[in-house]
Amino acid sequence: MTLSVTDLSCARGGMPVLEGVSFTLEPGRVLVLRGPNGIGKTTLLRTIAGLQPALSGEITGAEDRVAYGAHADGLKAALTVWENLAFWAGIYGTPLERIKPALFAFDLYPLQYRQAQALSAGQKRRLSLARLLLTGRPVWLLDEPTVSMDAASVGLFAEAVKAQCADGGSALIATHIDLGLETDTLDLTPYKATPVWEFADRAEEEEFFA
Amino acid sequence: MIALLRRDLMLAVRAGGGFGLGLAFFLIVVVLVPFGVGPETELLRRIAPGILWVAALLSALLTLDRIFALDWEDGSLALLATSPLPMEGVALVKAAAHWLTTGLPLTLAGPVLGVLLSLDPAVVPVLLASLAIGTPALSVIGAFGAAVTVGLRRGGLLLSLLVLPLYVPTLIFGAEAVRLSAEGQGAGTALLLLGGVTLGTCALLPFAAAAVLRINLRSSA
Repeated sequence: MTLSVTDLSCARGGMPVLEGVSFTLEPGRVLVLRGPNGIGKTTLLRTIAGLQPALSGEITGAEDRVAYGAHADGLKAALTVWENLAFWAGIYGTPLERIKPALFAFDLYPLQYRQAQALSAGQKRRLSLARLLLTGRPVWLLDEPTVSMDAASVGLFAEAVKAQCADGGSALIATHIDLGLETDTLDLTPYKATPVWEFADRAEEEEFFA
Repeated sequence: MIALLRRDLMLAVRAGGGFGLGLAFFLIVVVLVPFGVGPETELLRRIAPGILWVAALLSALLTLDRIFALDWEDGSLALLATSPLPMEGVALVKAAAHWLTTGLPLTLAGPVLGVLLSLDPAVVPVLLASLAIGTPALSVIGAFGAAVTVGLRRGGLLLSLLVLPLYVPTLIFGAEAVRLSAEGQGAGTALLLLGGVTLGTCALLPFAAAAVLRINLRSSA
Protein backbone atom coordinates (compact mmCIF):
# COMPACT_ATOMS: atom_id res chain seq x y z
CA MET A 1 0.00 0.00 0.00
CA THR A 2 1.22 3.43 -0.94
CA LEU A 3 1.74 6.23 1.53
CA SER A 4 0.25 9.31 0.00
CA VAL A 5 0.20 12.84 1.25
CA THR A 6 -2.12 15.35 -0.40
CA ASP A 7 -2.02 19.10 0.01
CA LEU A 8 -0.73 18.83 3.56
CA SER A 9 -0.11 21.87 5.74
CA CYS A 10 1.51 21.58 9.12
CA ALA A 11 2.61 23.88 11.92
CA ARG A 12 5.37 24.01 14.48
CA GLY A 13 4.69 25.81 17.73
CA GLY A 14 1.47 27.23 16.33
CA MET A 15 3.16 28.79 13.26
CA PRO A 16 2.46 27.23 9.87
CA VAL A 17 5.76 26.03 8.37
CA LEU A 18 4.73 23.96 5.37
CA GLU A 19 1.73 24.16 3.09
CA GLY A 20 0.53 22.29 0.05
CA VAL A 21 2.92 19.36 0.40
CA SER A 22 1.92 16.44 -1.83
CA PHE A 23 3.82 13.27 -2.62
CA THR A 24 3.39 9.55 -2.81
CA LEU A 25 5.71 6.87 -1.53
CA GLU A 26 5.35 3.57 -3.38
CA PRO A 27 6.38 0.28 -1.76
CA GLY A 28 10.03 -0.44 -2.43
CA ARG A 29 10.98 3.22 -2.77
CA VAL A 30 13.02 5.60 -0.65
CA LEU A 31 12.14 9.27 -0.55
CA VAL A 32 14.70 11.69 0.84
CA LEU A 33 13.45 14.97 2.29
CA ARG A 34 15.75 17.90 1.74
CA GLY A 35 15.65 21.53 2.67
CA PRO A 36 17.40 24.02 4.91
CA ASN A 37 17.20 23.90 8.72
CA GLY A 38 13.84 24.99 10.02
CA ILE A 39 11.96 24.28 6.81
CA GLY A 40 9.81 21.69 8.60
CA LYS A 41 11.29 18.26 7.82
CA THR A 42 10.82 17.07 11.39
CA THR A 43 7.37 18.65 11.57
CA LEU A 44 6.32 16.83 8.40
CA LEU A 45 7.59 13.48 9.70
CA ARG A 46 5.90 14.00 13.08
CA THR A 47 2.65 14.86 11.35
CA ILE A 48 2.76 11.73 9.21
CA ALA A 49 3.68 9.67 12.29
CA GLY A 50 0.51 10.97 13.94
CA LEU A 51 2.22 12.81 16.77
CA GLN A 52 0.65 16.09 15.78
CA PRO A 53 -2.44 16.96 13.75
CA ALA A 54 -2.18 18.44 10.27
CA LEU A 55 -3.59 21.92 9.73
CA SER A 56 -5.18 20.72 6.51
CA GLY A 57 -4.69 18.11 3.86
CA GLU A 58 -4.82 14.36 3.87
CA ILE A 59 -2.48 11.49 4.72
CA THR A 60 -3.44 7.99 3.65
CA GLY A 61 -1.70 4.70 4.22
CA ALA A 62 0.10 5.79 7.39
CA GLU A 63 -2.25 4.44 10.06
CA ASP A 64 -0.56 1.56 11.94
CA ARG A 65 1.94 1.13 9.13
CA VAL A 66 4.72 3.56 10.03
CA ALA A 67 7.71 3.22 12.32
CA TYR A 68 9.01 6.57 13.45
CA GLY A 69 12.67 7.15 14.22
CA ALA A 70 13.16 10.49 15.92
CA HIS A 71 16.21 12.66 16.68
CA ALA A 72 16.22 11.26 20.21
CA ASP A 73 17.40 7.68 20.46
CA GLY A 74 14.69 6.61 22.91
CA LEU A 75 17.04 4.21 24.69
CA LYS A 76 17.07 3.26 28.35
CA ALA A 77 20.57 3.79 29.73
CA ALA A 78 20.23 1.20 32.49
CA LEU A 79 19.12 -1.58 30.14
CA THR A 80 21.46 -3.61 27.97
CA VAL A 81 21.44 -3.46 24.18
CA TRP A 82 19.54 -6.74 24.05
CA GLU A 83 16.99 -5.66 26.68
CA ASN A 84 16.33 -2.39 24.86
CA LEU A 85 15.54 -4.29 21.67
CA ALA A 86 13.55 -6.96 23.52
CA PHE A 87 11.36 -4.23 24.99
CA TRP A 88 10.46 -2.82 21.58
CA ALA A 89 9.97 -6.32 20.18
CA GLY A 90 7.48 -6.90 23.02
CA ILE A 91 5.67 -3.65 22.29
CA TYR A 92 5.29 -4.50 18.60
CA GLY A 93 4.57 -8.18 19.26
CA THR A 94 7.64 -9.28 17.31
CA PRO A 95 9.14 -12.68 18.21
CA LEU A 96 12.40 -12.42 20.14
CA GLU A 97 14.24 -14.52 17.53
CA ARG A 98 14.21 -11.43 15.32
CA ILE A 99 16.52 -9.57 17.71
CA LYS A 100 19.64 -11.47 16.68
CA PRO A 101 19.41 -10.58 12.97
CA ALA A 102 18.74 -6.98 13.95
CA LEU A 103 21.86 -6.97 16.12
CA PHE A 104 23.93 -8.37 13.25
CA ALA A 105 22.45 -5.92 10.76
CA PHE A 106 23.82 -3.01 12.77
CA ASP A 107 26.98 -4.73 13.99
CA LEU A 108 25.80 -4.66 17.60
CA TYR A 109 26.10 -8.38 18.35
CA PRO A 110 29.37 -8.10 20.30
CA LEU A 111 27.81 -5.30 22.39
CA GLN A 112 24.53 -7.01 23.20
CA TYR A 113 25.16 -7.43 26.94
CA ARG A 114 26.48 -3.95 27.40
CA GLN A 115 24.31 -1.30 29.05
CA ALA A 116 23.16 1.39 26.67
CA GLN A 117 24.84 4.05 28.82
CA ALA A 118 28.22 2.47 28.00
CA LEU A 119 27.74 2.91 24.25
CA SER A 120 29.23 5.67 22.14
CA ALA A 121 26.94 8.15 20.40
CA GLY A 122 27.26 6.35 17.10
CA GLN A 123 26.58 2.97 18.69
CA LYS A 124 23.48 4.36 20.40
CA ARG A 125 22.32 5.63 17.06
CA ARG A 126 22.80 2.19 15.54
CA LEU A 127 20.85 0.59 18.39
CA SER A 128 18.07 3.09 17.86
CA LEU A 129 17.95 2.14 14.16
CA ALA A 130 18.04 -1.59 14.94
CA ARG A 131 14.75 -1.00 16.76
CA LEU A 132 13.13 -0.28 13.38
CA LEU A 133 13.80 -3.84 12.22
CA LEU A 134 11.75 -5.11 15.17
CA THR A 135 8.71 -2.96 14.54
CA GLY A 136 7.70 -5.01 11.52
CA ARG A 137 6.20 -1.84 10.08
CA PRO A 138 6.45 -1.36 6.30
CA VAL A 139 7.05 2.39 6.21
CA TRP A 140 10.00 3.96 8.02
CA LEU A 141 9.90 7.65 8.86
CA LEU A 142 13.41 8.66 9.81
CA ASP A 143 14.60 11.99 11.07
CA GLU A 144 18.33 12.52 10.50
CA PRO A 145 19.09 8.83 11.05
CA THR A 146 22.80 9.07 10.37
CA VAL A 147 23.76 11.77 12.87
CA SER A 148 27.05 10.87 14.63
CA MET A 149 27.51 7.68 12.60
CA ASP A 150 30.73 6.92 10.73
CA ALA A 151 30.91 5.92 7.06
CA ALA A 152 30.85 2.19 7.83
CA SER A 153 27.73 2.58 9.98
CA VAL A 154 26.03 4.66 7.32
CA GLY A 155 26.81 1.77 4.97
CA LEU A 156 25.09 -0.66 7.37
CA PHE A 157 22.11 1.64 7.56
CA ALA A 158 21.92 1.89 3.76
CA GLU A 159 21.97 -1.92 3.58
CA ALA A 160 19.12 -2.11 6.09
CA VAL A 161 17.06 0.38 4.10
CA LYS A 162 17.78 -1.59 0.94
CA ALA A 163 16.64 -4.83 2.59
CA GLN A 164 13.52 -3.09 3.86
CA CYS A 165 12.68 -1.91 0.34
CA ALA A 166 13.40 -5.32 -1.17
CA ASP A 167 10.88 -6.64 1.34
CA GLY A 168 8.17 -4.37 -0.04
CA GLY A 169 8.70 -1.66 2.53
CA SER A 170 9.58 1.96 1.98
CA ALA A 171 11.32 4.78 3.79
CA LEU A 172 10.89 8.51 4.11
CA ILE A 173 14.18 9.95 5.31
CA ALA A 174 15.11 13.48 6.27
CA THR A 175 18.84 13.75 5.81
CA HIS A 176 21.54 16.05 4.52
CA ILE A 177 24.01 13.38 3.44
CA ASP A 178 24.15 11.08 0.44
CA LEU A 179 23.20 7.56 1.54
CA GLY A 180 24.56 5.91 -1.61
CA LEU A 181 21.10 4.55 -2.38
CA GLU A 182 18.87 4.91 -5.34
CA THR A 183 16.36 7.39 -3.96
CA ASP A 184 13.77 9.95 -4.95
CA THR A 185 14.26 13.41 -3.54
CA LEU A 186 11.70 15.89 -2.31
CA ASP A 187 12.96 19.40 -1.67
CA LEU A 188 10.65 21.09 0.80
CA THR A 189 11.83 24.65 0.06
CA PRO A 190 9.00 25.46 -2.40
CA TYR A 191 6.38 24.43 0.17
CA LYS A 192 7.46 26.96 2.77
CA ALA A 193 4.33 28.48 4.30
CA THR A 194 3.80 32.12 3.53
CA PRO A 195 3.82 33.98 6.82
CA VAL A 196 0.60 35.63 7.87
CA TRP A 197 2.39 38.92 7.94
CA GLU A 198 5.97 39.88 7.29
CA PHE A 199 7.69 43.23 7.18
CA ALA A 200 9.19 43.92 3.79
CA ASP A 201 12.28 45.51 5.32
CA ARG A 202 13.68 47.02 8.49
CA ALA A 203 12.37 50.49 7.69
CA GLU A 204 8.80 49.27 7.43
CA GLU A 205 9.15 47.43 10.74
CA GLU A 206 10.48 50.51 12.50
CA GLU A 207 7.72 52.62 11.04
CA PHE A 208 5.12 50.13 12.23
CA PHE A 209 6.36 50.13 15.80
CA ALA A 210 7.02 53.87 15.90
CA MET B 1 1.63 -3.84 27.77
CA ILE B 2 3.34 -6.59 29.71
CA ALA B 3 6.60 -5.61 28.00
CA LEU B 4 6.21 -2.01 29.18
CA LEU B 5 5.39 -3.10 32.73
CA ARG B 6 8.37 -5.45 32.80
CA ARG B 7 10.68 -2.74 31.48
CA ASP B 8 9.49 -0.18 34.01
CA LEU B 9 9.93 -2.57 36.92
CA MET B 10 13.37 -3.56 35.65
CA LEU B 11 14.39 0.09 35.35
CA ALA B 12 13.06 0.82 38.82
CA VAL B 13 15.22 -1.77 40.53
CA ARG B 14 18.37 -1.00 38.53
CA ALA B 15 20.81 1.65 39.66
CA GLY B 16 19.26 5.10 39.74
CA GLY B 17 15.78 3.69 39.27
CA GLY B 18 14.44 5.18 42.47
CA PHE B 19 12.76 2.03 43.74
CA GLY B 20 13.69 2.68 47.37
CA LEU B 21 13.03 6.41 47.32
CA GLY B 22 9.38 6.35 48.37
CA LEU B 23 9.94 3.60 50.88
CA ALA B 24 12.93 5.36 52.45
CA PHE B 25 10.97 8.59 52.76
CA PHE B 26 8.07 6.73 54.39
CA LEU B 27 10.49 5.13 56.83
CA ILE B 28 12.13 8.44 57.71
CA VAL B 29 8.83 10.23 58.39
CA VAL B 30 7.45 7.43 60.52
CA VAL B 31 10.68 7.06 62.47
CA LEU B 32 10.99 10.79 63.10
CA VAL B 33 7.42 11.45 64.27
CA PRO B 34 7.82 9.78 67.69
CA PHE B 35 10.92 11.90 68.29
CA GLY B 36 8.91 14.96 67.34
CA VAL B 37 5.84 14.40 69.49
CA GLY B 38 7.59 12.77 72.42
CA PRO B 39 7.23 9.33 74.00
CA GLU B 40 3.54 9.51 74.78
CA THR B 41 2.23 6.13 73.77
CA GLU B 42 -1.43 7.11 74.09
CA LEU B 43 -1.05 10.18 71.86
CA LEU B 44 1.00 8.25 69.30
CA ARG B 45 -1.54 5.47 69.22
CA ARG B 46 -4.25 8.00 68.44
CA ILE B 47 -2.42 9.80 65.66
CA ALA B 48 -0.75 6.70 64.14
CA PRO B 49 -3.35 6.08 61.36
CA GLY B 50 -3.18 9.68 60.23
CA ILE B 51 0.63 9.77 60.31
CA LEU B 52 0.93 6.53 58.35
CA TRP B 53 -1.50 7.72 55.73
CA VAL B 54 0.04 11.18 55.37
CA ALA B 55 3.50 9.65 55.11
CA ALA B 56 2.31 7.18 52.45
CA LEU B 57 0.72 10.01 50.49
CA LEU B 58 3.83 12.18 50.62
CA SER B 59 6.15 9.38 49.58
CA ALA B 60 3.90 8.61 46.63
CA LEU B 61 3.98 12.30 45.74
CA LEU B 62 7.77 12.36 45.94
CA THR B 63 8.14 9.75 43.22
CA LEU B 64 5.42 10.95 40.85
CA ASP B 65 7.42 13.11 38.49
CA ARG B 66 9.46 10.10 37.40
CA ILE B 67 6.42 8.38 35.92
CA PHE B 68 6.63 10.08 32.54
CA ALA B 69 9.53 12.53 32.78
CA LEU B 70 12.29 10.00 32.06
CA ASP B 71 10.53 8.56 29.02
CA TRP B 72 9.82 12.07 27.85
CA GLU B 73 13.44 13.17 28.09
CA ASP B 74 14.98 10.27 26.21
CA GLY B 75 12.30 10.36 23.51
CA SER B 76 10.82 6.94 24.19
CA LEU B 77 7.43 8.44 25.05
CA ALA B 78 7.10 9.80 21.50
CA LEU B 79 8.13 6.40 20.15
CA LEU B 80 5.56 4.70 22.39
CA ALA B 81 2.94 7.11 21.10
CA THR B 82 3.58 5.90 17.55
CA SER B 83 3.56 2.24 18.60
CA PRO B 84 0.54 -0.09 18.56
CA LEU B 85 0.00 0.47 22.30
CA PRO B 86 -2.90 2.82 22.97
CA MET B 87 -1.85 5.84 25.00
CA GLU B 88 -4.51 4.94 27.59
CA GLY B 89 -2.78 1.60 28.05
CA VAL B 90 0.59 3.32 28.44
CA ALA B 91 -0.85 5.60 31.14
CA LEU B 92 -2.46 2.69 32.99
CA VAL B 93 0.68 0.53 32.84
CA LYS B 94 2.83 3.42 34.01
CA ALA B 95 0.50 3.97 36.98
CA ALA B 96 0.56 0.24 37.72
CA ALA B 97 4.36 0.20 37.67
CA HIS B 98 4.39 3.18 40.01
CA TRP B 99 2.05 1.39 42.39
CA LEU B 100 4.13 -1.80 42.33
CA THR B 101 7.30 0.13 43.12
CA THR B 102 5.80 2.57 45.65
CA GLY B 103 2.27 1.74 46.82
CA LEU B 104 2.79 -1.96 47.34
CA PRO B 105 6.03 -1.67 49.38
CA LEU B 106 4.38 1.08 51.46
CA THR B 107 1.37 -1.14 52.11
CA LEU B 108 3.59 -3.97 53.28
CA ALA B 109 5.80 -1.67 55.37
CA GLY B 110 2.85 0.17 56.98
CA PRO B 111 1.98 -2.40 59.67
CA VAL B 112 5.66 -2.97 60.49
CA LEU B 113 6.34 0.72 60.96
CA GLY B 114 3.06 1.06 62.83
CA VAL B 115 4.85 -0.60 65.73
CA LEU B 116 7.02 2.50 66.07
CA LEU B 117 3.85 4.57 66.49
CA SER B 118 2.47 2.02 68.98
CA LEU B 119 -0.35 1.25 66.61
CA ASP B 120 -2.95 -1.05 68.10
CA PRO B 121 -2.21 -4.56 66.69
CA ALA B 122 -5.93 -5.15 66.35
CA VAL B 123 -6.22 -2.54 63.58
CA VAL B 124 -3.38 -3.93 61.45
CA PRO B 125 -5.71 -5.84 59.09
CA VAL B 126 -7.75 -2.70 58.46
CA LEU B 127 -4.60 -0.65 57.97
CA LEU B 128 -3.32 -3.19 55.43
CA ALA B 129 -6.67 -3.22 53.66
CA SER B 130 -6.97 0.57 53.58
CA LEU B 131 -3.46 1.01 52.18
CA ALA B 132 -3.94 -1.79 49.66
CA ILE B 133 -7.26 -0.32 48.49
CA GLY B 134 -6.25 3.33 48.65
CA THR B 135 -2.70 3.53 47.29
CA PRO B 136 -3.63 2.55 43.70
CA ALA B 137 -5.67 5.77 43.58
CA LEU B 138 -2.55 7.72 44.60
CA SER B 139 -0.63 6.22 41.67
CA VAL B 140 -3.38 6.75 39.08
CA ILE B 141 -4.12 10.32 40.15
CA GLY B 142 -0.38 10.95 40.26
CA ALA B 143 0.10 9.55 36.77
CA PHE B 144 -2.51 12.01 35.55
CA GLY B 145 -0.72 14.89 37.26
CA ALA B 146 2.61 13.72 35.88
CA ALA B 147 1.11 13.58 32.39
CA VAL B 148 -0.13 17.17 32.68
CA THR B 149 3.23 18.51 33.79
CA VAL B 150 5.46 16.23 31.70
CA GLY B 151 6.84 18.86 29.35
CA LEU B 152 7.74 21.30 32.10
CA ARG B 153 11.21 21.61 33.48
CA ARG B 154 11.08 21.51 37.27
CA GLY B 155 7.35 20.93 37.13
CA GLY B 156 7.38 19.39 40.61
CA LEU B 157 5.69 22.30 42.34
CA LEU B 158 2.85 22.47 39.84
CA LEU B 159 2.50 18.71 40.02
CA SER B 160 2.11 18.80 43.81
CA LEU B 161 -0.41 21.62 43.64
CA LEU B 162 -2.45 19.77 41.03
CA VAL B 163 -2.39 16.42 42.72
CA LEU B 164 -2.73 17.23 46.42
CA PRO B 165 -6.39 18.32 46.34
CA LEU B 166 -7.24 15.18 44.39
CA TYR B 167 -5.51 13.09 47.06
CA VAL B 168 -7.67 14.46 49.87
CA PRO B 169 -10.63 12.04 49.55
CA THR B 170 -8.29 9.05 49.58
CA LEU B 171 -6.50 10.41 52.63
CA ILE B 172 -9.73 11.12 54.50
CA PHE B 173 -11.33 7.73 53.88
CA GLY B 174 -8.07 5.82 54.32
CA ALA B 175 -7.21 7.34 57.69
CA GLU B 176 -10.86 7.28 58.73
CA ALA B 177 -11.11 3.54 58.16
CA VAL B 178 -8.15 2.86 60.44
CA ARG B 179 -9.35 5.35 63.06
CA LEU B 180 -12.85 3.85 63.18
CA SER B 181 -11.39 0.41 63.53
CA ALA B 182 -9.12 1.60 66.36
CA GLU B 183 -12.20 2.92 68.16
CA GLY B 184 -13.81 -0.46 67.81
CA GLN B 185 -16.33 0.60 65.18
CA GLY B 186 -16.91 -0.95 61.79
CA ALA B 187 -14.58 0.37 59.09
CA GLY B 188 -16.63 -1.10 56.25
CA THR B 189 -18.20 2.12 54.99
CA ALA B 190 -14.93 4.03 54.88
CA LEU B 191 -13.22 1.15 53.09
CA LEU B 192 -16.04 0.95 50.55
CA LEU B 193 -15.81 4.68 49.86
CA LEU B 194 -12.04 4.34 49.56
CA GLY B 195 -12.54 1.52 47.07
CA GLY B 196 -15.03 3.68 45.20
CA VAL B 197 -12.48 6.49 44.83
CA THR B 198 -9.85 4.01 43.61
CA LEU B 199 -12.13 2.31 41.10
CA GLY B 200 -13.44 5.62 39.81
CA THR B 201 -9.97 7.08 39.28
CA CYS B 202 -8.67 3.86 37.69
CA ALA B 203 -11.58 3.87 35.27
CA LEU B 204 -11.44 7.53 34.25
CA LEU B 205 -8.00 9.03 34.75
CA PRO B 206 -6.01 6.86 32.29
CA PHE B 207 -8.15 8.39 29.54
CA ALA B 208 -7.53 11.90 30.84
CA ALA B 209 -3.80 11.19 31.19
CA ALA B 210 -3.62 9.81 27.64
CA ALA B 211 -5.39 12.89 26.30
CA VAL B 212 -3.00 15.34 27.96
CA LEU B 213 0.02 13.23 26.95
CA ARG B 214 -1.06 13.47 23.31
CA ILE B 215 -1.46 17.23 23.63
CA ASN B 216 1.93 17.55 25.30
CA LEU B 217 3.57 15.41 22.62
CA ARG B 218 2.16 17.63 19.89
CA SER B 219 4.19 20.61 20.92
CA SER B 220 7.49 18.86 21.64
CA ALA B 221 10.15 19.16 19.00
